[in-house]
Amino acid sequence: MSGHATKEFKVRWGMVIDVDKCTGCGACMVACQVENNIAPATPEMDAWAGVTHDASNKLRTLTWMLVYEINNKKAFPEYEAAYMPRPCMQCASPACVPVCPVVATDKNEEGGIVSQVYPRCIGCRYCMAACPYHARYFNWFDPTWPTGMDKGLSPSTSVRPRGVVEKCNFCHTRFQQAKDKARQDGGDPNNLPDGAYVTACAEVCPTGAIVFGDLNNPEHKVHALAHSKYAFRLLEKLGLGPQVYYYSKREWVHRLGDNYLPNEKKA
Amino acid sequence: MDSKLFPEGIERCSLGKFLAWLAFISLGLAWGAYAAGIIFWKGIGVTGLDNYFGFGLWITFDLAVIALGAGAFFTGFLKYILKIDQLKNIINLTVIVGFICYSGAMLVLTLDIGQPIRAWFGYWHPNVHSMLTEVIFCITCYCLVLVIEYLPLILEQKQLNKIPFLHHLAHQMHVHMALFAGIGTFLSTFHQGSLGGMYGVLFGRPYAFREGFFIWPWTFFLFVLSAVGSGPVFTVLVCTFMEKLTGRKLVDFKVKALMGKIAGTMLTVYMFFKLLDTWAWAVDVLPRMGLTFDQMFWGTVYGKWMLWTELFICGVIPAIMLITPAIRNRPALLYLAGILDCLGIVINRYVFTVQTIALPVMPFDKWYVYVPNWAEWAPSVMIIAYGFLVMSLSYRYLPVFPQEKALNAK
Ligand code: SF4
Ligand code: SF4
Repeated sequence: MSGHATKEFKVRWGMVIDVDKCTGCGACMVACQVENNIAPATPEMDAWAGVTHDASNKLRTLTWMLVYEINNKKAFPEYEAAYMPRPCMQCASPACVPVCPVVATDKNEEGGIVSQVYPRCIGCRYCMAACPYHARYFNWFDPTWPTGMDKGLSPSTSVRPRGVVEKCNFCHTRFQQAKDKARQDGGDPNNLPDGAYVTACAEVCPTGAIVFGDLNNPEHKVHALAHSKYAFRLLEKLGLGPQVYYYSKREWVHRLGDNYLPNEKKA
Repeated sequence: MDSKLFPEGIERCSLGKFLAWLAFISLGLAWGAYAAGIIFWKGIGVTGLDNYFGFGLWITFDLAVIALGAGAFFTGFLKYILKIDQLKNIINLTVIVGFICYSGAMLVLTLDIGQPIRAWFGYWHPNVHSMLTEVIFCITCYCLVLVIEYLPLILEQKQLNKIPFLHHLAHQMHVHMALFAGIGTFLSTFHQGSLGGMYGVLFGRPYAFREGFFIWPWTFFLFVLSAVGSGPVFTVLVCTFMEKLTGRKLVDFKVKALMGKIAGTMLTVYMFFKLLDTWAWAVDVLPRMGLTFDQMFWGTVYGKWMLWTELFICGVIPAIMLITPAIRNRPALLYLAGILDCLGIVINRYVFTVQTIALPVMPFDKWYVYVPNWAEWAPSVMIIAYGFLVMSLSYRYLPVFPQEKALNAK
C-alpha cells in the first residue's frame, strides 16, 4: 500500500509487547516521562489572553508512550479487555519522514530508529497529520516544571522548546550510553548483546510485557518473539512496517490490531 | 478632497465616507492583530488545535483562499499566453485578488507554524521528497510574481504615472508581463498540485490517501483542476460584490460570462475526474486497506451529506449551469452557480484537512470533533479585513477597471 521504499538496516532495534501480559498499569508511561524530561501538563490560566491550559486535556499532553484500552466488544461474561502500549513504531517505511519539509525527522542507520532533530523542526505538524498511530506530539506551551521537580531532570536529554514536534526515540540517550560502555569495555558498539541497551519502559514494566532488542539478531529475545505466530503489528495493512510488534494468543486482539473487516479472513 | 488621486474621469465616494469604511475594516484588523500578538507571545497553545488536530481552520482557510485565488494565474495564462483579449477588462482584479489570497495565506502560515523564526528552513534544509517543500518554494516565489504583476498597476496611479521614470517602468513591466504570467502559471500549477499532493501521499490516512502515477497522487491533479475551476468565478463574485457595494458598474457582463464559461469548462473536467476518483477510492483503495466507505463518515460534522453536497449540489450542478450558455448568460444564475462552485471547493479543502485527521485509523481509536476557537477565527477574519483594505485602496486610487468609465457614462 505504501508508496515509499522500506529502509533496511543491519541492526534494527525493536520491541515486542505482550498484550496478554500487559495490565495497563501505566508504569511505562511514567518511566518514559521521567527518562526523557517530558514536561508535565501544568495548568495555566491567562483569562485576558483566552489561554486556559487545562492539565486534564489529554490531547495537549506530551505522551510518547500511551496505553490504549481495547476490548472484544462482547457482553459479559464473554467480555474481555486488553491493553496496548503505543510508543513510536519506528516504522520501516515511516509516513512521517518523507513529508517533513525540512528533514527534521529521518530514518537512518541508528538501528532504524526514526530520529527527530528538534533545532531544525519548524513545527508545521505535517508529520503529525501523516502518522496514523498518533505517535507525534507538539509542544503547545513552554515546558515548565512544578517547583523542585526541575531538580530531577535528566542531564543527558535535552528539553524541547515550545513549537516543535517530539516523539519516542527508544530512549536514544540510553543507546548512546550503551555504545559508549561497549567501547570502554572493548566490545563492539555495533553488535550490542541482548540487554545492553533497553528502553526505560521495557526496563520498568512490572510484568515483563515489553521486551526490547535487535530484531535482526537471533541472539536477542525479540528476534524469536517477533517471528512467533502470535506476533502481529498494528495496522500492518497500511504498510508502514513498524519495528514494534505486539504479541497475543487471542484472535480478536490480532484482528483489532489490523483493522480487519468483520467478515474478512485474517491474511 | 483626495479626488486628484482618483483614476482619470472616475467618481468615488467622499473621503469621510471612505474613512468611516476603513475604520470599520480596521475593527477586523485590530481583532486579528491582537490574536496574532498573543499567538506569537504565548504560542499556538491558545488555539483550538491539539495533538489530534495538528491541522485545522487555518490550513483549511489557506487551502481555500489559495484555490479561490487561482483566478490570477489562470486568467493571466489565458490572457497573456493564449491571448484571449477580452480578459484584459478583469485581469487587474484577478491579480489583486490573487495577491491578497496568497499574501494572506502566507501570513496565516507564519502564525500556524510552531517556530515562525525558522520559516526559512524550508529553503535552507529542503526535503526534496516533501510536497510541503514544493509548496513553500512555489508559494513564496509565486507571491513575488504577483507583486511584480501588481506593481505596474500601482505605478499607473494618476500622480505616480506623471513621473517619467515610473511611467516607463510600468510600461516595460507590461511589455514583459507574458513572461511573468508564464512563470506564474508554472509555479502556480505546481503548488496548487502539491497542496493536493500533500494529502494524497498520506498513506497512513485512508480518507486522503490516493495512488496515482509517477510521483504524484491523483489529488495533485484534482487540486489543480478544482482551483482553475473555481478561481475565475470567485473573481467574478468579488467583482459583483464590489459593484453592489459601490453602486457602479465595473466590468461588462459579457466578460463575467466568459469567466464563467472558462471556470465551468474546467469544473466539468474536474468533476469528471473527481467522481471517478471518489468511485475508485470507495471500491478499490479503501477495501485494500481493510476499510469500508461507510467507515469514512460519522455524525454530522463528518457525515456523508458533506460529500454529496460537495459532489452534486456544489459540483455537478454548478458545472452544468456554467457550461450551459442559456443559464450562464443570466446574471443571477451565473452568480448562484459561482457561489455553489466556490462553496464546493471550500468543503473539499475542509474535508481533506479535517475529516482526514478526524478519522480514527487505529480500530480502537475514536472520532474526535474539532472546533476552532477565537484565536483561530480572529486571524482568519484579519486576513479577510486585510483583503477588503487592499481592495478598497486599489479600487479608490488605481485604474483597476478599464471599462468603468464607459460603463457608467450618463
Ligand atoms: S509511528 Fe508514526 S511517528 Fe513513529 S515512525 Fe511511524 S509514522 Fe513516524
Ligand atoms: S513539525 Fe517538524 S518534524 Fe514535523 S513535519 Fe514539520 S518540520 Fe518536520
